[in-house]
Amino acid sequence: MTPLLFADITVFVLSLLVGFEVISKVPATLHTPLMSGANAIHGVVIVGVMLIAANTTTPVGYGLLLLAAAFAAMNVAGGYIVTDRMLAMFKARPAEQGVRS
Amino acid sequence: MSGFDTVTHAVYLACAVCFVLGLHLMTSPVTARRGNQLSAAGMLAAIATTVVVLARDGQATLLAAVTLTLGIAVGAVAGAVAAHRVKMTAMPQLVSVFNAVGGGAAALIAVGDAVAQSHSGDLAAEPVRVTLTTVLDVLIGGVTLSGSLVASGKLAGVLPGRPIAVPAGRWINLALALAVVAAGGAYLTGNGGLAVLCLVVAAALGIGVVMTLPIGGADMPVVISLLNAFTGTAVAMAGFVIGSTPLIIAGALVGAAGAILTKLMADAMNRSIGAIIAGGFGTGDENAGGPAAGATGTVRQTTVDDAAIQLAYASKVIIVPGYGLAAAQAQHEVVALAQALTERGVDVSYGIHPVAGRMPGHMNVLLAEANAPYTELKDIDEINPEFARADVALVVGANDVTNPAARRPGNPVSGMPILDVDHAKSVIVVKRSLGHGYAGIDNELYTQPNTAMLFSDAKAGLTALLAGLHAYVS
Repeated sequence: MTPLLFADITVFVLSLLVGFEVISKVPATLHTPLMSGANAIHGVVIVGVMLIAANTTTPVGYGLLLLAAAFAAMNVAGGYIVTDRMLAMFKARPAEQGVRS
Repeated sequence: MSGFDTVTHAVYLACAVCFVLGLHLMTSPVTARRGNQLSAAGMLAAIATTVVVLARDGQATLLAAVTLTLGIAVGAVAGAVAAHRVKMTAMPQLVSVFNAVGGGAAALIAVGDAVAQSHSGDLAAEPVRVTLTTVLDVLIGGVTLSGSLVASGKLAGVLPGRPIAVPAGRWINLALALAVVAAGGAYLTGNGGLAVLCLVVAAALGIGVVMTLPIGGADMPVVISLLNAFTGTAVAMAGFVIGSTPLIIAGALVGAAGAILTKLMADAMNRSIGAIIAGGFGTGDENAGGPAAGATGTVRQTTVDDAAIQLAYASKVIIVPGYGLAAAQAQHEVVALAQALTERGVDVSYGIHPVAGRMPGHMNVLLAEANAPYTELKDIDEINPEFARADVALVVGANDVTNPAARRPGNPVSGMPILDVDHAKSVIVVKRSLGHGYAGIDNELYTQPNTAMLFSDAKAGLTALLAGLHAYVS
């Protein structure tokens, strides 16, 4: 076990605990946007995809890179936009134009 | 550590803080939108920093840069268009697709890294820190990719929502798991290289399919949460592989979110996570039972007109929308009825069970879309004490979550948290038949003296109630 690995594990475990602490307070009303927002956050995988681009030199590597980049970008862009659309709908009072009678 | 490295690490740290604060702001509907925007701002900063890092290192070939840009452009446009166009009822399957591609990308990072290593140096010389996390990343990411796609297909109706029995599913799963252990072990000990890693990928994809197919539509909120937790973990593993702290932090946060929601959903359905994964007895979109499926006791039936008048002259009405309302897409009808009652001075609120809908909290999104104010959307703990003061509880398409039998031991719903609908002075149930919910037992609520049944599809029944309200009460 190297110090580097140990540092990474420390970060991982503490982040898990922070996640449990923060998220257990989210009300049921917001569970769908929470999940969708968390979904967008794991789109940070795009940073990882960009980093492996630096070492990509083979045809197979380029193919994998293209697919990974498309996947990760879809995750990030779609995730944040759909979450924002959902949260925009949560209003304390119904909008005037939306009232049906 | 150079000055440049210090700056990039500081920015990555700031991004991680944005993610945590963003999630924290999601604890209230007032600040939730800002929270998501903060989290998005952190993401943009992380991406921009990585662009600068790549440009400065100048290590990436031109072709790699072009490939990366092209892939990002295609993915971003596809994701943005889908996110703009999706209907709120179709939200769960889209979120599931985003989850699938996230897991896929995480797995591809590990594979791509291994490909680069095998080309430039000796793959077998990689430390265990890298090889172990590579195998875990590929395994979890692969399961998530195929599992989420199957779940999405079920939610979208492309695949049947009912549990699909895989012949000898357990044996196939066992064989695939053994293949993962054998191939993963070979990879860890430096034997086999890329070939065995590909075997792990293939087996993981197979496990995802075999695991998700037998799970029924009503169990989907649990499955989606679990797969979300998997993706988070896979992303964290990808972070270990390439030594990237932001991936480890964000992945762990999402893993925690998914784990909490999975536990909440499983508890709310009175099922263990293991039993759901084993699958096979959840229901699909349709009610399992036919009309009057073995009901004992007397069931009182009411008419649209009587129910409408009862609602109109109530002073407090609690609406309990369930899975049936989501399946019938009747959210606009129920809100229209609630608004008409509110205009008459009736105090209206919604009692929402955690698993109503097709993903955690989905019912709240559907009602918010139909313009129900979130102040009227009450969760189970908030609404239960209010039932005793309600003149009418209007149950639309909800079944097991209202069954008073849950308070007694010795039946399939025992101990399940339920909405105390039976405490209301009177109960009107809009439902197509007396068919069973996923628990497969009679709902004792339906035979209580203060309960009246209005047999109808949720959408048609609510439209008729609204028309009745206007016709008889001016």
